[in-house]
Amino acid sequence: MTAALLELICPAGSLPALKAAVDHGADGVYLGLKDNTNARNFAGLNFDEKSLADGIRYAQARGRKVLMALNTYPQPATLPRWHKAVDTAASLGVDAIILADPGLMAYARKTHPQLRLHLSVQGSATSYEAVNFYRERFGIQRAVLPRVLSLAQVENVIDHTDAEIELFGFGGLCVMVEGRCLLSSYACGDSPNTFGACSPGHAVRWEQTPKGMETRLNGVLIDRYADNEKAGYPTLCKGRFEVQGETYYALEEPTSLNSMEMLPEMARLGIAAIKIEGRQRSPAYVAQVTQVWRAAIDAVKRAPESFKPTPAWTAALAKVSEGSMNTLGAYYRPWK
Amino acid sequence: MEMIKPVKRMKLALGPLLYYWSREDTLAFYQQAAGWPLDIVYLGETVCSRRHLLRLPDWLELAEKLGAAGKEVVLSSQTLIESESDLKALRKLIADGREGGNHPKVEANEWGAVRLLAEAGCEFVAGPTLNAYNPDTLAMLAEMGATRWVPPVEMPRETIRDMLAALPESTHIETELFGYGRLPLAFSARCFTARHYNLQKDDCQFRCLDHPDGLVLASREGEDFLAINGIQTQSAKVMSLAHRFDELPAAGIDVLRLSPQWRQMDRVVAIFRALADGDIAPKEAPARLDRFMPAAPCDGYWLGEAGMDYHPVGAPA
Repeated sequence: MTAALLELICPAGSLPALKAAVDHGADGVYLGLKDNTNARNFAGLNFDEKSLADGIRYAQARGRKVLMALNTYPQPATLPRWHKAVDTAASLGVDAIILADPGLMAYARKTHPQLRLHLSVQGSATSYEAVNFYRERFGIQRAVLPRVLSLAQVENVIDHTDAEIELFGFGGLCVMVEGRCLLSSYACGDSPNTFGACSPGHAVRWEQTPKGMETRLNGVLIDRYADNEKAGYPTLCKGRFEVQGETYYALEEPTSLNSMEMLPEMARLGIAAIKIEGRQRSPAYVAQVTQVWRAAIDAVKRAPESFKPTPAWTAALAKVSEGSMNTLGAYYRPWK
Repeated sequence: MEMIKPVKRMKLALGPLLYYWSREDTLAFYQQAAGWPLDIVYLGETVCSRRHLLRLPDWLELAEKLGAAGKEVVLSSQTLIESESDLKALRKLIADGREGGNHPKVEANEWGAVRLLAEAGCEFVAGPTLNAYNPDTLAMLAEMGATRWVPPVEMPRETIRDMLAALPESTHIETELFGYGRLPLAFSARCFTARHYNLQKDDCQFRCLDHPDGLVLASREGEDFLAINGIQTQSAKVMSLAHRFDELPAAGIDVLRLSPQWRQMDRVVAIFRALADGDIAPKEAPARLDRFMPAAPCDGYWLGEAGMDYHPVGAPA
């Protein structure tokens, strides 16, 4: 029964978030260190060695896994920091590390052959040929696929690889292929690949003006909000721009991904794990989302044929989602 | 006594055409390119599998012609592989490329292509979207058959220099830098051009044809910011290192990539050729280049800053 897979992997941006995830039913958590070795390099987030050790102890004592993201791309001057992070992960006993860079994978494989490797979504592997490259060369056990494939395309990947496949289920949505987006560094010098953050806080400005609340990234106006609109974080792909005289969300609306209704199909395909986005979110968010998704995954495993997200789950998730479709009006266009 | 240092001549490459032009326009463009003072020409569709006006046999025919005109030809692979038919096209590109008369190399733009090329024992070019950010990854690519690499377009000169300095001595690989054109910044499953016209991607009516240099996206206060090119998002500004041409050798750059634009590419190539030949000084280049560019220049990435920044020569970097 493939549905036995479907692990629930939840975000842990802090020790309290980790505990919230574990207490509310996550099979595993993913986390990163307090630096640019992972793709959620935001002030106030993430783990030092002590909190990491505490977190590992807390999760593993309860039979849950800790996956450590080292999913940015090390550069020549700072490569030793990434190597040290891999060593730390191995010595503290994480269950797997999540990597994007082939050079770093080679290091991990050689230095810690027992350490389980996952291919990060930042590795941009969208085909089984790419997944199998990492599988053959570094023995990755699992690949997280970028949020660009249809389920039929995901099925084709699964049919042609031995690697486990993990999919994003819920949370903030990158409209671009992860690992292949430099919009942030174009605007402000720091990209997810090198700096571990998109649209980083130091480049963000909020300003109340007569025209409304304006959000800027390194001076570029990302959005302007009327008084009745809730201003969002200026993630630059989710701003309103002008194209041929029309102002709209030209790249992506500030919406969240929610694939819950596809859970039965994901179970049928043999998806190994569902990942919840949101290491930058609060422990309360993690608790809420974990609880709902735990219930949903359990329901799918019990009775995939009759599975349907309950109104209560949908409402609970809608409440914590990023943004709102309400302000989009005529700008709404079907995805793709 | 003054030492005369042998100066390696910078090679010029015409990058793959990132836009979608009519068949006639595309063929005419490459017919002209055969006469331009270029060393290398990259051919093929790297952005969108729906673009079909030129098929592989057409590209191979162009490869023959350009090869006969003395160019080194490279076939570029698609960057975002989504479907089995994308993979079929990729395998065919690799296999048919090998059987072509002049055996053009392939530029691998994702790691599936690297796997297939290494398996087939082919030498290849490691494209900019392989994300080779450190010497370990670069050395691995070289070992797998890469004879040339294109750094990620965001990589600063210091990092490129450090990368090359840290390579094992036994590793030999040419470095090609994206040096002119709207920067390819991001790829998506979504087509932003179709979205602009309220069309589904699968029924996009090939609106990219109407935007031969991309479709500019501006901020709500009128600042040109990005350019939409189907599933690709580019910079609105044109990356240009013409004014910094003399800085390239110190960073280890062997080849400069010029990315095709809709009009007056011949003039752009001629100016870069004059730079490479030492016929004009880098500081004279911007004034000559300006009127042939579809938008204002930027050079921030080269200096390790925001990509959209621009520092005229003489101004402090």
